[in-house]
Amino acid sequence: MRWLRSDLPLAGDASGRFLPWIIGCMVYLAALALAGTMAADRLAQRWHNELAGTFSIQIPAGSPAATGDRAGLVDGVVDLLMNTSGVASARVVDDAEKARLLEPWLGPGGLPEGVRLPDLIVVQLTPGAPVVIKDLRARIAAVAPDATIEDHAQWQGDMLAFARSIKLLACIIIGLITAAAVTTVIFVTRTGLSIHRRVIEIVHLVGARDSYIARQFLMHALRLGLLAGLTLMGLDRVLAQAQTSLLPSLSLDANQWLALAMVPLAVSAVAMVTAHLTVLLVLGRGL
Amino acid sequence: MVLFENVGVRYGGGPEIIQGATFTLAPGSFHFLVGPSGAGKSSLLRLMYLSLRPSIGRVNLFGRDIDGLHRRDVPLLRRRIGVVFQDFRLLVHLSALDNVALPLRIAGVRESEIRDHVTELLKWVGLADHVNAFPATLSGGQQQRVAIARAVIARPSLLLADEPTGNVDDSIGVRLMYLFEELNKMGTTVVIATHNERLVGRFNHRQLRVESGTVKLVAARPEAA
Repeated sequence: MRWLRSDLPLAGDASGRFLPWIIGCMVYLAALALAGTMAADRLAQRWHNELAGTFSIQIPAGSPAATGDRAGLVDGVVDLLMNTSGVASARVVDDAEKARLLEPWLGPGGLPEGVRLPDLIVVQLTPGAPVVIKDLRARIAAVAPDATIEDHAQWQGDMLAFARSIKLLACIIIGLITAAAVTTVIFVTRTGLSIHRRVIEIVHLVGARDSYIARQFLMHALRLGLLAGLTLMGLDRVLAQAQTSLLPSLSLDANQWLALAMVPLAVSAVAMVTAHLTVLLVLGRGL
Repeated sequence: MVLFENVGVRYGGGPEIIQGATFTLAPGSFHFLVGPSGAGKSSLLRLMYLSLRPSIGRVNLFGRDIDGLHRRDVPLLRRRIGVVFQDFRLLVHLSALDNVALPLRIAGVRESEIRDHVTELLKWVGLADHVNAFPATLSGGQQQRVAIARAVIARPSLLLADEPTGNVDDSIGVRLMYLFEELNKMGTTVVIATHNERLVGRFNHRQLRVESGTVKLVAARPEAA
């Protein structure tokens, strides 16, 4: 209870009246940035999981090696794959499946007469088994020189770079929000010190240390920070009733939701530390 | 307890308003601080409650020179000093009880002990019915008694009072003087700045007389046989 009581009339300050709203906006923006980075991370992970452990081999229709015994060439590649350690399965995509894959572009009528599609082999790797694509590529080239292997490395690289960019951007946004919150709290604290100069002088004269006064500002900042966080959460719940939300619909796990719930507490902690240090610094220099 | 050696005080680049003040206040002593308005009584008190540093000379409180005192050590010394300000300096947003409780809270006394202790003292100074009143609703005399209660609540080693009876009628003034004497008997060193010659005459104590910037120690009248 001692920590909760205040000898300084900080709650009535005009400068602090809008602080909960300002901090509330910052909490919202920080939560949005954090949610964005977590969603991008999760998406990149999902793509990675879906694509990891598979690759495809394409043998062009016009391949000189395929002009003779085309079926024999494909079977040769499949045999090679099945005798390769770490390969769980190798499946040849038949014409009907290829036509179905191309249906969005070519329509339901199937392939035009005379159009020949490359042969596709979908390879599934045994989870955890090390397969060196470079070695495999050399061995397949010995059987089918024109065959190409698509291991999605390029695409995954691009996706990871994209996810990293999103994370970096979110970190910059969170950094800017923190800087803005710190600046605002410093301004409000300095204004409070100035407004309550006389009261602080009296409290000093009856034996208060600077830390006693700083603690009162710290608790005031905590109250404002929590008020801001609770206001935001309450508003989000109200909007949720109206089938909408302040935060976008995200597929996050429990830990990530917990991290989001910690944002108001983190902002409150930043506000507390800032207020405390500001008071000590200003009083140390002489009010 | 309080030692002044050749102490001079000047504000800014102005003239010295106190010059060469040299005196010692022994532990448990009682002094009136007297002199005309503007003579420097309040400045002397400010030196004693560490709100002012001397321009020259040495001030020693409780065995410590205030000249080299670090900022973090000042509060601990101030907790041993009770001050009654001429303008009361009550915190207007706090009740009488919370104003008086302030030194105890700052000193870290348990909340359970504070209320009874403060209520009892407020009752003693005649404010039993105004425990929860805010300063704005109290008369000048009542505010002064709250200020006195705040100054003495923590049983200070040194009590400094600037015109503590200036806003109360004679009967209350005498009652407050008895309170100060009671504290003095318990070992508190008391310094009371006053213009009230009748009070000085009625209570026979040593005097610090400030005139034209100089401070003279005047002994108490000898007790009548």
